[in-house]
Amino acid sequence: MAALTKARRNGYEGVVLAAPVTVPYRRYSINSAHWWIGRALRGLCDAARLSPGDLDGFSVSSFTLAPDKAIGLTQHYGLSPRWLDYIPMGGASGVLALRKAARAVQAGDASVVACVAGDTNHVDSFRRTLSTFSRFAQDAVYPYGSGGPNANFALIMANYMKLTGATREDTGKLAVAQRDNALKFPHALMKKPLTLEDYMRARAIADPIHLFDCVMPCAGAEAFLVMREEDAKAHGLPFTRILGSIERHNAFADDVIQYRGGWVVDIDELYAQAGVAKGQVDFVETYDDYPVISMMQLEDLGLCAPGEAAAFVRANTFTVDGTCPHNTSGGQLSVGQAGCAGGYLGLVEAIRQLTGTALGGQVQNARVGLVSGFGMITYDRGLASCAALLGSA
Amino acid sequence: MTMPLTPPKRKNPLKRTRLPVLPSGIRSRTAHLLTQAAAEGRFALPACNDCGAVHYPPRDACPKCLSPRLALKDVSPAGSVAAETIIRTSTDAYFRERMPWRIGTVALDAGPAVIAHLHGDVSAGQRVRLALKLDKSGQAVAIALPEKETPDMSDDPQLRELTLDPKFRRVLVTDARTPVGRAVVEAMVKAGAALVFAGVPESWKPTPGQDDLAKLKGVEIHALDVTDTKSVQELAAEIGAKVDILINTAEHVRPGGLLERRGVQMAREELEAGYLGLLRLAQAFGPTMRFRGADGVNNACAWVNVLSVYALTNWPAYGAHSASQAAMLSAAQSLRAELRPGGVRVVNVFSGPIETEWYQPVPPPKVAPGQIASAIVDALKRGLEDVYVGDIAEDVRARLAVNPKAIERELG
Repeated sequence: MAALTKARRNGYEGVVLAAPVTVPYRRYSINSAHWWIGRALRGLCDAARLSPGDLDGFSVSSFTLAPDKAIGLTQHYGLSPRWLDYIPMGGASGVLALRKAARAVQAGDASVVACVAGDTNHVDSFRRTLSTFSRFAQDAVYPYGSGGPNANFALIMANYMKLTGATREDTGKLAVAQRDNALKFPHALMKKPLTLEDYMRARAIADPIHLFDCVMPCAGAEAFLVMREEDAKAHGLPFTRILGSIERHNAFADDVIQYRGGWVVDIDELYAQAGVAKGQVDFVETYDDYPVISMMQLEDLGLCAPGEAAAFVRANTFTVDGTCPHNTSGGQLSVGQAGCAGGYLGLVEAIRQLTGTALGGQVQNARVGLVSGFGMITYDRGLASCAALLGSA
Repeated sequence: MTMPLTPPKRKNPLKRTRLPVLPSGIRSRTAHLLTQAAAEGRFALPACNDCGAVHYPPRDACPKCLSPRLALKDVSPAGSVAAETIIRTSTDAYFRERMPWRIGTVALDAGPAVIAHLHGDVSAGQRVRLALKLDKSGQAVAIALPEKETPDMSDDPQLRELTLDPKFRRVLVTDARTPVGRAVVEAMVKAGAALVFAGVPESWKPTPGQDDLAKLKGVEIHALDVTDTKSVQELAAEIGAKVDILINTAEHVRPGGLLERRGVQMAREELEAGYLGLLRLAQAFGPTMRFRGADGVNNACAWVNVLSVYALTNWPAYGAHSASQAAMLSAAQSLRAELRPGGVRVVNVFSGPIETEWYQPVPPPKVAPGQIASAIVDALKRGLEDVYVGDIAEDVRARLAVNPKAIERELG
């Protein structure tokens, strides 16, 4: 058979993102995921002045809905969508929801899609999620010390440091800048300033991962609308354009330890689709389950050359007013990781930045933002990677 | 360098005994391929029958060609540690009690990358050999061991959790009067057991070699008749809380199938010494051993049954005895499940005909009692669960795996 021809990527003309919603996080919650997602849906309706009946598309991401799936939620909330999606893909949830919903709206399968990610965090939720996260985790990871993602990412971080010469001071610089950003963001769970010295002296969790490399699991929800540009304008909603997006899963399966993600395969197409020069963005929201993964993304997203993230980090500043504004709301490291909502956090923040409605620090003249998602470490590496370039209206 | 274990101090009777908790024992059905390998001490991984690719973790389709034709294949255990970490916090009660815990990624020469426990003498960058072993939950795990033996390597705390080493442990040999029992007592002393309780039935009856046994350092002779409930219970009351390893060597072998025997008396004696003996021992010693599964360096860890390989498929020449052995095997499987919550492993040692008087007319090859004793020591040191001793036992196992009907016809 002849090789398949690769289709050109269509653009996202006429489809926009609006109504960024955050349901303020809590460390622990006695409420269910249904409660958190319900509050986010209500937040969307309030923000866009829509009634629940207007939501004819619904995309939901959650790990703690069991025994329900997305379909059960339609009856739970009294929705009757004509387009429904379920994306329990952790850190990739946001960009993947955007990609699918945008195509549905573009094709006329839905007029407005409510994209929601939310999870609860009971006192024992985290342990339960870890021990049953995936078949490979159950068979081949959890019985090995049950260190959770900390242990997995410790192996990735140890290898990354050896490979690139990055140091804990480098990852620490990112974490400290994010905390600075978070101090201005009202919903961040972390309210205390963090110094590099604090970061360096924190207790070890799974060497070389130390306390401030880790996110705090919490309860929360994030949401946004995907809709037609004309509808957003008619409703007077500030909106953001989608310039381009990519996803790639289980790339480089033969790398013994992960030191790059699927972005590397498609990143040039992303910039080409968006008409943006590589790395020329006003701010970047990476998926920061660990700062070392943000460093990996700085390389893979084309902000610096492969293996050069350490030098890039040393040469730049990452606060909202820095040379490379990064995780401008504080990211998961300082806001908290509300399950799948962690995969929405950067995207919802980017919509705010590009519509000039930041709740915390506002990046001045933000025209183009880069958001990436990463996640689903089912065995030894994050399988999902995705990214979107967004532009102001 | 492994710190050699120091002999455990006498237990303070006022101190609370630490209760056993287990590492996560949930596995997919396919992952039990590895349990099968670990139970026998093989290093094997799933491989594709079509394209030959070896993969890990176990899957239900080949990740290279999507073939569903996958099978366990012995592969080289050699590899190198690509990265390591020391886990200092864990969400799991078992590991929390044993922190810090070292794991690493091992890049196998055979292809896959395996997240594995790390022996204390290995670290990132080193060549290692990977072994599959059963952990306290009874499921297979991989551990990276030094390429070559290192001093005191079996004393490594992470490795010792996976083995049943007799060193510093107290062992009950239920019938030290049989040739096998006597050999096992001697082997346990040699393997570093702190104390061997040698059970002797009908202790008034002199047997050759009994005096030598009593003279062995670290051996205590105790009256024990597994056919007598009271005898078993009395010994359990006396030493039950000190038995870390129980090795059941009691036997009653008589030739013949079902038709050559008149009545059921002989079969009843076989059951009394075999199946019911195991039951009596289990009821008297099992609960305490299960309770003591995490009781320090000399915790209760293993229960060993010496069985005829014809427990697996009947040998009509010893047909009635084979049936009693099958009953014991079935009981051992139940015992395995019942002791698992304590992390205590049931080891079944399958032997062909032994060089004893009751197998006198049987032609060779036969198994010497010392061979069985060595196999038990080896099984305990490596942490095996199913052991086949001698050529006949290996032969029966291999033939059963290919065609159980063929061996049934050929034995009869």
